[in-house]
Amino acid sequence: MFGYSFHWRTVWQEIPQLAEGAIVTLQIAVFSMLIGITLAVLLAVARRNEGSIASRLASVWIEVARNTPCLLQIYLAYFGLGALGINISSYAAVLGAIAFNNAGYLAEILRGGFNSISQTQYAAAHSLGMNSFRVYSYVVLPQVFRVTFRPIMNQSMWALLNTSLGMVIGLKELTGATQFAQSRSFRTFEFFLVAAAMYYVIAKIILGLAALVQWRFLKGGR
Amino acid sequence: MIEIKNLQKSFGQHHVIKGIDLTIDKGEVLCLIGGSGSGKSTMLQCINGLHSIDDGKVLVDEIDVFDKATDLNKLREKIGIVFQQYNAFPHLSAIENVALSPRVVKGMKRKDTLDLAAKHLEHVGLGDKLNHYPSQLSGGQQQRLAIARALAMEPEYMLFDEVTSALDPELVGEVLDTMRMLKDEGMTMIIVTHEIPFAREASDRVAFFDQGKICEIGDARQVINDPRELRTRQFLERVLH
Ligand SMILES: Nc1ncnc2c1ncn2[C@@H]1O[C@H](COP(=O)(O)OP(=O)(O)O)[C@@H](O)[C@H]1O
Ligand SMILES: [Mg+2]
Repeated sequence: MFGYSFHWRTVWQEIPQLAEGAIVTLQIAVFSMLIGITLAVLLAVARRNEGSIASRLASVWIEVARNTPCLLQIYLAYFGLGALGINISSYAAVLGAIAFNNAGYLAEILRGGFNSISQTQYAAAHSLGMNSFRVYSYVVLPQVFRVTFRPIMNQSMWALLNTSLGMVIGLKELTGATQFAQSRSFRTFEFFLVAAAMYYVIAKIILGLAALVQWRFLKGGR
Repeated sequence: MIEIKNLQKSFGQHHVIKGIDLTIDKGEVLCLIGGSGSGKSTMLQCINGLHSIDDGKVLVDEIDVFDKATDLNKLREKIGIVFQQYNAFPHLSAIENVALSPRVVKGMKRKDTLDLAAKHLEHVGLGDKLNHYPSQLSGGQQQRLAIARALAMEPEYMLFDEVTSALDPELVGEVLDTMRMLKDEGMTMIIVTHEIPFAREASDRVAFFDQGKICEIGDARQVINDPRELRTRQFLERVLH
């Protein structure tokens, strides 16, 4: 077919390398989401206090994260910090940059969630003797995560795909590992088909984890 | 005892509470009536510090609500409040709504809070709705849930802000009955309401609010059957017809 004959043996031999890359990819996608969500909650809460310094800093973060390419953010984390004498591994640079990027997008998603919750929920919770931390932890955030669950999942798929940018600074995540392996055998098509299938499986794993979180923590109610 | 002394409150340029003096004794039921915008809700929310004030004092059992040293969260444990808008926590079932604060504020054990919550829900007639979510409850049931949730903190005072105003007429009775039951149990209550017959029969005193001031206050029957002030009379004629 089209004069291309598939050779799967070479790919099969390199599967352990690809699997290692896949694990790096899964790790960065999951950790960058966990860090990103934590930071996004802080950013979104800071932003609600309009006019404060925290709110302005949060706005700058969100603007920069959302309006510059993720690739550039990875370069800045790796080479930019390097130029300042702060040398971090390519793994840390990719994880940090994608977490930074996630935080910006997620903060914007959470903002919509916060806006959907009426002031009377805060008043009711405070009047029961809860301090602000408890009001957010037990009343506001659980509702915010319920209404924003789908957009958060979309963002986690973007985070997964963005990990492939790690290749440009030499990280052997799934794309980087595939690129390296195929360059020795030139079975490009086979290698990238296998990599694509692996991305698909990783995406399903992440969605499965999310379904688990949803079932355990976000069941019931609206 | 709740003591309000020369309370003043503005929202920006808008002077809403213009010097209110009021004392509510332990065990008393006071109904507040008056036109919309006269400042009833604002005053109520000053009592548990949900609003700041510009001048005057609010003392609850001699604790100054607006003293910087006062632990507002602690104080709020003894003042329950129920609002006009339904505000059950939609992500929690009825029993979880009621159990939440005893657990996270008072630090009670989960099992004990569930028993406590079930007891209070049964008390307001929702014993068969423990695992229902607020979206599965009628307006009247949601308001009774809100009452049970406040009662679970074992408050010494209960404040009600037009809790029947958003209800369909056929659901008003069940919520009024719940408040009557609390009166019979000796709860100290301040009730903002438009239900004039209820105010007359269920409260000890009635205060008529007009433009940020108490225009008239006295024995419930006297104020409603035989008001001294012209403004009170005009208001009652308007709402009773
Ligand atoms: N958060 C607020 N910000 C600005 N104005 C307010 C706020 N709450 C109430 N007001 C104004 O204060 C006045 C009194 O309101 P309120 O206490 O709700 O009256 P009532 O409960 O008697 O109807 C109204 O004119 C209202 O518009
Ligand atoms: Mg009101």
